[in-house]
Amino acid sequence: MKNKTTMSRESKRKLNGIYSMAIASIFSIVVFAYLPKVSGDVTYSFVLDKEWVLIQQWVIDSRVGAYGFSALSVLFTALAYYLFRKGKKHGIAIFGFSIGFFMAFLCWASAGDFVPFTGLLQGGLILAVPLIYGSLAGLVCERSGVINIAIEGQLLGSAFVAGVVGSLLQNAWYGLLVAPFAGALISVLLAVFAIKYRIDQVILGFVINVLVIGLTSFAAQRFLREDSEKWNESPILQPINIPILYKLPIIGPMFFSQTIIIYLLYVIIIVTQIALFKSKWGLRMRSVGELPVAAESVGIDVNKVRFRNVIIAGAIAGFGGAYFTVGSVGAFSREMTAGMGFIALAALIFGRWTPLGALSAALVFGFADQLRSVLSIAGTPIPSAFMMMVPYIATIIAVSGFVGRVRAPAADGIPYQRGGSH
Amino acid sequence: MSLELRGITKQFGSLVANDDINFKVEAGEIHAILGENGAGKSTLMNIVYGLLAPDKGQILVDGQEIKIKSPLDALAAGIGMVHQHFMLIPVFTVAENIVLGHEKTNRAGLLDLATAREEIIRVSKEFNFEVDPDALIEDLPVGIQQRVEIIRALIYNSKILILDEPTAVLTPQETDELLANMKKLRDSGRSIVFITHKLREVKAVADRISIIRRGKVVGTVQPSASQEEMASLMVGRPVDLTVNKADGKPGKTILEMVDLNVLDTTGRALASKINLTVSAGEVVAVAGVQGNGQSELAEAIVGLREHLTGSIKLSGNELIGRSVDECLKAGIAYVPESRELDGLISSFSITENLILDTHGEAPYSKGIFYKPAMAHQVALERIKEFDIRAQSANDPASSLSGGNKQKVVLARELSRPVELVVVCQPTRGLDVGSIEFVHQRLISERDSGRAVLLFSTELDEVFALADRIAIMYRGEIIAIVPATASREEVGLYMAGIRTATAKGGAA
Amino acid sequence: MIKKILDKTLLPLFAFLLALFVGGLVIGFTDNKVLAKISSPIEFLKILGSTVGNAYLALFQGAIYDPNLAEGKSFMAGFYPLSETMVATAPLILCGLSVALAFKSGLFNIGAQGQFIFGAVGASYIGFKYEMPMVMHIMVATLAGLILAALWGGIVGLLKAKTGAHEVIVTIMLNYIAAKFLLFLLSTQYFLRPGRLDPIAPSVKETAKLPSLFGVDYRVNIGIFIALAAAVFIWWLLNRSIIGFRFRAVGANSSAARTAGISVSAAMIATMAISGALAGMGGAIHTLGNQYELTDTVAATFGFDAITVALLGRGTPLGVVLASFLFAGLRVGGQTMQANVGVPVEIVLVIQALVVLFIAAPDLVKRIFKLRNLQEASAMASKGWNG
Repeated sequence: MKNKTTMSRESKRKLNGIYSMAIASIFSIVVFAYLPKVSGDVTYSFVLDKEWVLIQQWVIDSRVGAYGFSALSVLFTALAYYLFRKGKKHGIAIFGFSIGFFMAFLCWASAGDFVPFTGLLQGGLILAVPLIYGSLAGLVCERSGVINIAIEGQLLGSAFVAGVVGSLLQNAWYGLLVAPFAGALISVLLAVFAIKYRIDQVILGFVINVLVIGLTSFAAQRFLREDSEKWNESPILQPINIPILYKLPIIGPMFFSQTIIIYLLYVIIIVTQIALFKSKWGLRMRSVGELPVAAESVGIDVNKVRFRNVIIAGAIAGFGGAYFTVGSVGAFSREMTAGMGFIALAALIFGRWTPLGALSAALVFGFADQLRSVLSIAGTPIPSAFMMMVPYIATIIAVSGFVGRVRAPAADGIPYQRGGSH
Repeated sequence: MSLELRGITKQFGSLVANDDINFKVEAGEIHAILGENGAGKSTLMNIVYGLLAPDKGQILVDGQEIKIKSPLDALAAGIGMVHQHFMLIPVFTVAENIVLGHEKTNRAGLLDLATAREEIIRVSKEFNFEVDPDALIEDLPVGIQQRVEIIRALIYNSKILILDEPTAVLTPQETDELLANMKKLRDSGRSIVFITHKLREVKAVADRISIIRRGKVVGTVQPSASQEEMASLMVGRPVDLTVNKADGKPGKTILEMVDLNVLDTTGRALASKINLTVSAGEVVAVAGVQGNGQSELAEAIVGLREHLTGSIKLSGNELIGRSVDECLKAGIAYVPESRELDGLISSFSITENLILDTHGEAPYSKGIFYKPAMAHQVALERIKEFDIRAQSANDPASSLSGGNKQKVVLARELSRPVELVVVCQPTRGLDVGSIEFVHQRLISERDSGRAVLLFSTELDEVFALADRIAIMYRGEIIAIVPATASREEVGLYMAGIRTATAKGGAA
Repeated sequence: MIKKILDKTLLPLFAFLLALFVGGLVIGFTDNKVLAKISSPIEFLKILGSTVGNAYLALFQGAIYDPNLAEGKSFMAGFYPLSETMVATAPLILCGLSVALAFKSGLFNIGAQGQFIFGAVGASYIGFKYEMPMVMHIMVATLAGLILAALWGGIVGLLKAKTGAHEVIVTIMLNYIAAKFLLFLLSTQYFLRPGRLDPIAPSVKETAKLPSLFGVDYRVNIGIFIALAAAVFIWWLLNRSIIGFRFRAVGANSSAARTAGISVSAAMIATMAISGALAGMGGAIHTLGNQYELTDTVAATFGFDAITVALLGRGTPLGVVLASFLFAGLRVGGQTMQANVGVPVEIVLVIQALVVLFIAAPDLVKRIFKLRNLQEASAMASKGWNG
């Protein structure tokens, strides 16, 4: 009996999603295609680098394009509904809908302009990299039952350490190498106070962020400014082209002509997704995050598992932090993570505490941000401040249950004490 | 295998939960540990299972002393446990729960659930348990969840099984099945420690019975001993579990529920087609196994539930659509199921708890001004009237014992001008002294002309207090019988069986 | 009685000392002059002591009393730093009260930052846009900020009450939205100062500026009294009103409160609206009494400082007042420290974070100072995302 209700709740959520898609499609037709008074040509350019050329450029009238792509999203919405009725998965249809909607939006937003399409995607991915690392760090932590608000601090601290080490040794690789240790070190703080001293983890995360901001800014002021040649001029990691793959049109330069940090990210995403649900490590992680007392009753040392995973989370965040310095600009600047840690947290929540969900959310947020900067150059109908709000508003919508309830791991944020509930 | 405890002592602060406990479970016997709530049974078993560390004492298996520092040691020594609150992760499948802690992995480093599935099916067959290894725990009824725990212990090859209050959540029929299974397990050579406070079950299944009172073993008896003997050992004095009361004199109808449905947010009925009346001067008991919609029905009456259809009338006035505050003020006293969660605010003082639902009325407040001095004065009167044992009215409620906490709730609710008293599981977890107090008080409320609606899963309590008994099963009241009905009849209804013989009693 | 007060103040005091000590180590061990002497222990300790000592002395001079300023003038002139500290204390008290009130109702208001912004926006707009008589102008401007912020805060309560959305997540996100929204507002013609392209609004009119208490030489103004009055009001609200009784009941056990007929939704919405109003008042006072013009960084770090203030002050109004004074002093004095002895002001952040960390972990402080009967802080019990 209960089985049926949980099933129906899940399908209700899916159905709501499909309704939202339908509404968005109509919105797309009206706002992007029908309403605009003028239309103009949109020029998409697809070639970025040395990849094989499929098409160089594509020019389309903005209204025609908006109608066309809106029609595409309508089509995929219908497909989603059809698949849902058949009881099949409709992820593909959601993906297709998103592309249609996004392209219709793009036609509308950049009427009369030039859109570096491949560059846009590549830029979006790049912007998403620290978000993905950050949200995976949050995931490993929170699935084990420790709230991680300190992602920001973990990113910032390891960015600092990577930059300084890279600069001192004049080798970006050393910077990358020490970054996970720096992230892990900050995690030790989180782990000790959350697990041993059982401090409220939200407070703790905030305090750690401030501590790291304070320490890195202090050090930046004391050393990095005075003698920046020695302390703050790290070389950066160079992109590595994956043979052949990098020549693929569009996806080549996007995915396969990147630095080691991004290739490492692919590995970490795949490993986390599989390990979380199919390995002993993942099973134990989820068990201590859901019902620690049950894990204890079968002989699992709850706090040890938590401790270890919080440290691993810090190390993952460390790679994301390294991206800010040795992975992109080389030099460290104070508070350079600029709230990315919180967007990563948002991505984790929006992605319902699953690796693939967090990945998708981080990509969406990354693209939104890249789109903002591309459009703000082109001159856009939407103020860029509103584009910047996208991740935050999306997260509020997600936690408010407007698109189905998101549920955190049951024991997330609750310290565990052995024999505490006698 | 045999299990022996020698001199186990465990203290929590000033409370001695276990005081020099000695007893021995022989191989192939069912040894019951009988004791009141709070006697220290669960603490003792958590020590044996490695969830708590004893301050003193030894644990011996087959005559060899073993050190149990964690459940892992216990499992390695062949001790398995079926917990009162199931130690199963709701979002995991049966198989995942069973491999947890003993995971085997394949060459790729991934979990090997296939072997676990086979073992689950093998053990299920052996004992006639039907369990789907791939079902999610949260989708399973409690009876099946309990079987999962037993299967887990068997797969881990436990020779000594500890069952901690295993019948608390079961229907009488499920209980019978469990008792039969326990015998089967014993006959297969395993030893069973059966922890309970229910005399009937002990007599039905135990080979020997050790009785614990206030953390001490006060005696070991054979199942042939009388219930009275066991009860007096448990409580420490002769007890008379029957409540002295005259026949009720029902007056006018106070509460009337007509075709009431209680729905959840998805529109599913938690309680349906409820038709029940309670009159002044009578106690109506709603019996049933936990989780058959009683809690939801009680909550609906006081306005705690949102999605209702039908009608609830209190002395002719419709209650549906009113807020909790309005329902309470209309004349309902409400004693919720969980004192700790819903009845009291443990960090608030006793005074504040005593005025929790009347804080906005004179003399405790005027306009939006709160007057703590007046509240204190009234609190002192209540503490005296209800014999609440507290150092000071300013102490937090958390400093009180269970019985005194319940007295605070009763004092608060019964001191208001009410017509109807709704009480849910009023004696759960209380010692016998407090149980007697609560029962007497409820009867005197009835005799003073109030209508009493009692929700209880304890049949003893139901029969001790009720003038009429309504039985709930899967959200419906499937029968209403007079208090003279037999225990067996009510038990059958609780299991959802509408027998021909029982029909006559239904009103 | 004295013992009780001592009990309550001992932990914050020790936590503060410990944080100062660790902060001192950071200052000392990052100083080249100190590190140069590392080979000779005695010399090293001497210079370590004097370096750290000088830094903290400069901090004190920048926060409370600076004899250098009194030189050649009156003794009182040396109190100029104290006046500055007071100016910074006032909005901090209000933000701290915002967080503390929410704590008592069981809500963790991370959103003081965003609420502060809306308070500043409202006060600024009324302040520069309209002509009004003095007292009325201040009142209307403050009220405008207060209402905007109450609405902004109320959203959180509403979402929590109606959908169960966790207030921590919602307020974090709303802070960013508020910051971006401010950026947007400052780029519109309504707020942009004529002739400027950077995000800055016109200065508020003289009639909207909070009057000084001690003449033109000191900037301390009536804002501090407004803040203190708010603290008294919150004490009354929590302890002597039935609204506060309900807030506390919901905060301590919302389930029992609901069972007793208290509307949890109403309490949550009201709490967050009042909390928002408090933080918004902070923003208004900061704008009308200190900044005078709205910029994109008007909120500085008030929102976070508010959390630390509420924790250090253990959620009580008096504690919040004292903690605000302390942290405002650190902030203000930190500037002088940076100017005079070259220790970056960010060390204040470190000290602040450490104080809160030690406050929140009483076990650690107890262990370090070998204290036994220290009263537990536990300003906030730990609860998860789903709680």
